[in-house]
Amino acid sequence: MTTASPRRAAILGGNRIPFARQFGPYANASNQDMFTAALEGLVARYGLAGERLGEVVGGAVIKHARDFNLTREAVLGSSLAPETTAYDVQQACGTGLENAILVSNKIKLGQIESGIAGGVDTASDAPIMVTEKLRRKLLKINRQKTTVDMAKSALAIRPGDIGIETPANTEPRTGLSMGEHMAITAKKWGITREAQDELAALSHQNLAKAYDNGFFDDLMTSYLGLAKDQNLRADSTVEKLAKLKPVFGKGEGATMTAGNSTPLTDGASAVLLGSEEWAAEHNLTVQAYLVDGEVAAVDYVHGDEGLLMAPAYAVPRLLARQGLSLQDFDYYEIHEAFASTVLSTMKAWEDEEFCTQRLGLEKPLGSIDRSKLNVNGSSLAAGHPFAATGGRIVASLAKMLHEKGPGSRGLISICAAGGQGVVAILEGA
Amino acid sequence: MAFNYGQFVSGGIGKQLATTLGLPRPTKLRRHKVGGSLIPGEVLVAGHGEAPVAERVRHLLSDAGVKVATSPSTSVAGVVLDLTAVETPADLETLRGVVGPALKTLAPTGRVIVIGRPPESATSVAQAAARRAVEGIVRSIGKEMRGGGTANTVLVAEGADAGVDATVRFLLSGRSAYVSAQVFHVAKPVGDVAAPADWDKPLAGKVAVVTGAARGIGAAIADTLARDGATIIAVDMPQAGGPLAEVANRLGGTALQLDVTAEDAGAKIVEHAQARHGGFDIVVHNAGITRDKLLANTEADRWDSVLQVNLLSILRMNEALIPAINDGGHIVNVSSIAGIAGNRGQTNYAASKAGVIGMTQSLAADKAVLKKGITVNAVAPGFIETEMTAKVPFATREVGRLMNSLSQGGQPVDVAETIGFFAWDANRAVTGNTVRVCGQMLMGA
Ligand SMILES: NC(=O)c1ccc[n+]([C@@H]2O[C@H](COP(=O)([O-])OP(=O)(O)OC[C@H]3O[C@@H](n4cnc5c(N)ncnc54)[C@H](O)[C@@H]3O)[C@@H](O)[C@H]2O)c1
Repeated sequence: MTTASPRRAAILGGNRIPFARQFGPYANASNQDMFTAALEGLVARYGLAGERLGEVVGGAVIKHARDFNLTREAVLGSSLAPETTAYDVQQACGTGLENAILVSNKIKLGQIESGIAGGVDTASDAPIMVTEKLRRKLLKINRQKTTVDMAKSALAIRPGDIGIETPANTEPRTGLSMGEHMAITAKKWGITREAQDELAALSHQNLAKAYDNGFFDDLMTSYLGLAKDQNLRADSTVEKLAKLKPVFGKGEGATMTAGNSTPLTDGASAVLLGSEEWAAEHNLTVQAYLVDGEVAAVDYVHGDEGLLMAPAYAVPRLLARQGLSLQDFDYYEIHEAFASTVLSTMKAWEDEEFCTQRLGLEKPLGSIDRSKLNVNGSSLAAGHPFAATGGRIVASLAKMLHEKGPGSRGLISICAAGGQGVVAILEGA
Repeated sequence: MAFNYGQFVSGGIGKQLATTLGLPRPTKLRRHKVGGSLIPGEVLVAGHGEAPVAERVRHLLSDAGVKVATSPSTSVAGVVLDLTAVETPADLETLRGVVGPALKTLAPTGRVIVIGRPPESATSVAQAAARRAVEGIVRSIGKEMRGGGTANTVLVAEGADAGVDATVRFLLSGRSAYVSAQVFHVAKPVGDVAAPADWDKPLAGKVAVVTGAARGIGAAIADTLARDGATIIAVDMPQAGGPLAEVANRLGGTALQLDVTAEDAGAKIVEHAQARHGGFDIVVHNAGITRDKLLANTEADRWDSVLQVNLLSILRMNEALIPAINDGGHIVNVSSIAGIAGNRGQTNYAASKAGVIGMTQSLAADKAVLKKGITVNAVAPGFIETEMTAKVPFATREVGRLMNSLSQGGQPVDVAETIGFFAWDANRAVTGNTVRVCGQMLMGA
């Protein structure tokens, strides 16, 4: 069944700052700094200075308490009209894509005419937390009215309470890191080291080629002296990647290395969306339409599904709603959280048992043409500042589809912490 | 902070020292202010014989609310002398008689403008000699003037008097602060000479493409053209994207990231300008680089990269830009003093910048360009205070600053103002010119 939507939501362009490795050139940049920079590049490219947009939706996965109004603060620091509203969303690595879906939905409903969807993350300028015990004791001291009571409460602090914690990539309910979770899934699906390294090498080679072709000239704005993704190794090969030691999983079967897993990254991205009328009024070219989006979640805690397998569930639901098959696309953008994530997801879609028993389909979704997958590189090469990845993908795919021509189709699949997955379909204009 | 001679001698000990030793002390130049007067004071207008241009200038001044003086006095801020009717060198006595006394009382940041006819079109040898003499006199006056004053020559072709107004306005105004000892050629206009509704917004409604706009002179050009009413398409390398976005956003324009040497750079500019702004009226080819080395040590890639960015890219882009630019548009190229005088260690750069002058002259006379009523001009900056020149070693930098009649470096805005003037629709009678913005630098004639 295809739901007829009242009007279409157009993707008009995007911008991101180059992604930097943790403690790299953006070590001292805050989320607000980076998101403002991403917005400023977008505003300049599309001549939006002084313009009041319908809304700006951003967010970050790793966030300071002071950044409660991160996106609004970034808007106020930008050249957009200060009357532009803003809010933050946080859906782990799905944040950026979820935001694009939110903005597109409002546009389709006629609630807004234009909007920016994006996200930002820093792995460098991370908030520091004190231990939970210390935090409670400090709060208690703060509640005391007299100096004596304060001193008494202070005496309750034990040497063992002292310590700091930085936000970790760990699932609170399992205590396992994302990589450890992924290693379990990779093993289950029999994903080989070679296949992972091949995918990783290709990601770097594709990204390097895209830069050489000037693909990013109108998708990126240099920041703090960085003009290209710092993680990119244009000369990456399977042979070089094969030399790295596994970092996730244990013993003989361990296949996941720093080379086929995404590094911690800093960066920000933003995508401009609007109604077709608004685009025409502002002399902006519609690059693609955001057709539809879907989010799925899996039970990785008590069930036996892998933490990052939710997109495998979200995609068939979206395909069914749009009356499409997995093969009906010109491009596939499957976020490379780990090379094995992409490979496990594709293997699951080819697997009879998984598709019939877990997805409730009659037959497997089938395979996808690998030459259409992540053709301009993905997160393994570019890096992955969590909430910024969705915006990176939406903007790049929209441009690719525009170049391909009207009616072309692209599928986006992004896995997220907490066992969630956000997916969407774009159509070229 | 780097030592700055000009600041040093303008106050305190430095001032005393400079006065005692008779060192040059730069005057704060008069620069254009939005809403300000054309020139702060009266203008003495005189001429030899019939002096048809003097009459035009009197009209122009009264339109601009400037009082016309008939004799020199301390309230005179400028002198305009019409020598279009000179027949022999003996007639130059008129100039001595008028300008000589006026120089004694001319207010600071004063202006001397001498208007003549091109020697090439003289009807007698004696007339040619007299006409050519004007240029020599004015260059000498430039060197004699004090207090930040400038002297310039305007040569008006026979029958082209109506096109002189814009140039005279420019030269009287603060926009020409750092332009001295130049010769402006006014010819038959290539299109309708259209005075703006508001002289503070001479570029209202125009769309201007500026390359190399992320910083330095290019950013100043963008600022100045925007101040004068133009919508800016700011072009620079993707690597300069951050600062480029800042320029575009503060001016409410658009940023276009591209390398001007790319094969499709011209087509990309046209596509952007048409899709987003419905076309364009002004192009400023400002992007430029230096790769200095003595010729003996210059490898092929250093040679080539400078020629590619500074000259070949312009030729290539123009193939796409000229058919697309709006009729009556304006192209302005950025040359350099090095392209006129040459410079040790800059053969590649001088080649490119001298080439720009040749290109400017030839393109201005091109049939297709004339048919569209487009003007093509160039500016050749002298020593301009930018990040680029701030990196020049101390001694060389101070020499660069002081080796000119105004005893100071120019500001990026000075280059930008001349470019803005070339882009006026009121200025369709000036094309194929290369004007130096150098405060009459001693090198390069
Ligand atoms: N500063 C001076 O004293 C002086 C004197 C004479 C002439 N000039 C000329 O003025 C112009 C501007 O000089 P500036 O001092 O502002 O220099 P600058 O180096 O500060 O700025 C030049 C700009 O051009 C851009 N650019 C360089 N190559 C490019 C390319 N291939 N594509 C797109 N953009 C490119 C740069 O990124 C930079 O933003 C140049 O043409 C220069 O040769 C300067």
